[in-house]
Amino acid sequence: MKPRTIIEKIWDEHVVVENPGAPALLYIDLHLIHEVTSPQAFEGLRRRGLKVRRPDRTLATADHNVPTTDRSLPIVNQISARQIAQLEANCREFGLTCYSVHSPHQGIVHVIGPELGRTQPGMTVVCGDSHTATHGALGALAFGIGTSEVEHVLATQCLLQRKPKTFRVEINGTLRPGVTAKDVILALIAKIGTGGATGHVFEYCGSTIRALSMEERMTITNMSIEAGARAGLIAPDDVTFQYLYGRPCAPQGIEWDRAIARWKQLPSDDGAHYDKHAEIDAGSLEPMITYGTSPGMGIPITGVIPEPESIADPIERESVRKALAYMNLEPGKPLLGHPVDVVFVGSCTNGRLADFRAAASILKGRKVNPRVRALMVPGSYEVKRQAEAEGLHEIFRAAGAEWREPGCSMCLAMNGDQLEPGQYAVSTSNRNFEGRQGPGGRTFLASPLTAAAAAVTGVITDVRTML
Amino acid sequence: MKPFTRFESRFVRLPIDNIDTDQIIPARFLKTISKEGLGDQLFYDWRYDASGAPRPDFVLNQPDAKGAEILLTGDNFGCGSSREHAPWALTQFGFRAVVSTSFADIFRQNALKNSLLPIIVPPDVHAELFRLPAEAKLVVDLAAQTLTLPDGRAIEFPVDPFAKHCLLNGVDELGYILQHEAAITEYEQRRA
Repeated sequence: MKPRTIIEKIWDEHVVVENPGAPALLYIDLHLIHEVTSPQAFEGLRRRGLKVRRPDRTLATADHNVPTTDRSLPIVNQISARQIAQLEANCREFGLTCYSVHSPHQGIVHVIGPELGRTQPGMTVVCGDSHTATHGALGALAFGIGTSEVEHVLATQCLLQRKPKTFRVEINGTLRPGVTAKDVILALIAKIGTGGATGHVFEYCGSTIRALSMEERMTITNMSIEAGARAGLIAPDDVTFQYLYGRPCAPQGIEWDRAIARWKQLPSDDGAHYDKHAEIDAGSLEPMITYGTSPGMGIPITGVIPEPESIADPIERESVRKALAYMNLEPGKPLLGHPVDVVFVGSCTNGRLADFRAAASILKGRKVNPRVRALMVPGSYEVKRQAEAEGLHEIFRAAGAEWREPGCSMCLAMNGDQLEPGQYAVSTSNRNFEGRQGPGGRTFLASPLTAAAAAVTGVITDVRTML
Repeated sequence: MKPFTRFESRFVRLPIDNIDTDQIIPARFLKTISKEGLGDQLFYDWRYDASGAPRPDFVLNQPDAKGAEILLTGDNFGCGSSREHAPWALTQFGFRAVVSTSFADIFRQNALKNSLLPIIVPPDVHAELFRLPAEAKLVVDLAAQTLTLPDGRAIEFPVDPFAKHCLLNGVDELGYILQHEAAITEYEQRRA
């Protein structure tokens, strides 16, 4: 048999039917939904008189709009409140499990899937959210879809899909102190560009990936879309199995043994073909930070802002100029020492326990600079409970940072957590687009360590000086 | 879905690379539970100032933009968030096609499901389109897969044959998938 990649193995296993001239009908094992991209899909079902085909394969949570303040109070924004109420009503009507605002399992959809053990190796996972690639860290083929496709999956548990091309990213070397998974993925995106993997699915391999924890791997796969890849996978190994073992929805007993045997067949065969390749020497990386309004505009923390004049293509040159004008930054200058107004640690990229441990390691015994507002927003209630069991919230509060309730929060500023026009944030989230964290707000993407360092000093700082 | 027909139109120029869906429609407008009413919010933060007044220098606010059904943009259009609100906002404003050198995957899929045609042209044609006079018109012919320039040259563009079939015939994809009910049930039983 022809050697296959993990991507092809999962793909082949899930093709229901493939008619000539039409895309394959792909079966979806797990469909995650949230309040923002699902209401119109449920409305479509109602209009056609359709049911949800597999409520057992569907899981809902409210995350994008939820306040990260006291949950016993009503939601102030009436439009947000209505959208969340609509999700709850839709889930009741169609018989779906919904971890909404008051559920102990509530959290960002891409944080709760893995932590509940719902996401498993070899699965196809979709969600009306581009960061669905996160689940690929567990060896699942996971990708974001639009609302029409949400409706398709609700009704049929299937999607019409063309087989994606494959892109192997080999990441080798030992990360130096202060350099994290976030820096690796920002370096990859800076190298290949925000459209560098369009039409492809990443497989991340190499010694660096193998040495990462499951949470760190999720930070990498999460940002696959920022390089244009709809999905990014890491083949399951003992780290994956240990992470899943004993989780509420993971297989148990004899089923666990059977699952392990199945999952061990997933890694790509020797000699499997990939359509594209890239390599990262992780041992030589510095902490990374972005300077512009696209995640590909990233530089090492000690680097200088590139000159747009050196770009040959006129549209690209103008785009970088526009980005620098928006950010009010000058080419040729370093970012180190640039003042920061807000620090945000959280999101589906960096809102897990390991991320708050990292931030706490810098903030412990230190104070947040008086001119900085520092928000710590756990990715889920489970993350919040774990962090509090370790006393991390006490470290944050003692330092003067805000320890908040879980949700997407300032990653996309739908819930009222947002920058003021002109403010600068160091953010552990995934997008530095214009206005992403609030109209007129300016975002520097970085790791939780780099974010925490900026919280203490009030300026962009090389965290390696504080370790 | 209405069948996608051949049309001729002036075009709006937005020479910026990597236009993300947060620019096409900012997240704060995604709190709606409807698909309607998004055309006024298209490119909101580029189109209006902080007080909500139109920015006169933005292309969509210029007289030429009125009635234009084609948007010409930079590379990697529609990157970022998977929000289908982006093609909803573009079509409700009046666009029927977007021309670029490349499109982000999820946006392209979403666009095709909403009768918004993503047209990929080679870099030299792309550059030439930006140089055409303001009143220039283009002809979009999906059946022939051509974009015809004012001088009569027809530039071929790629399109997924199934998506083309659905667009030209107004075929609804969900209806097509539902016809495979028996195969889906059989698949579920096989894997159970």
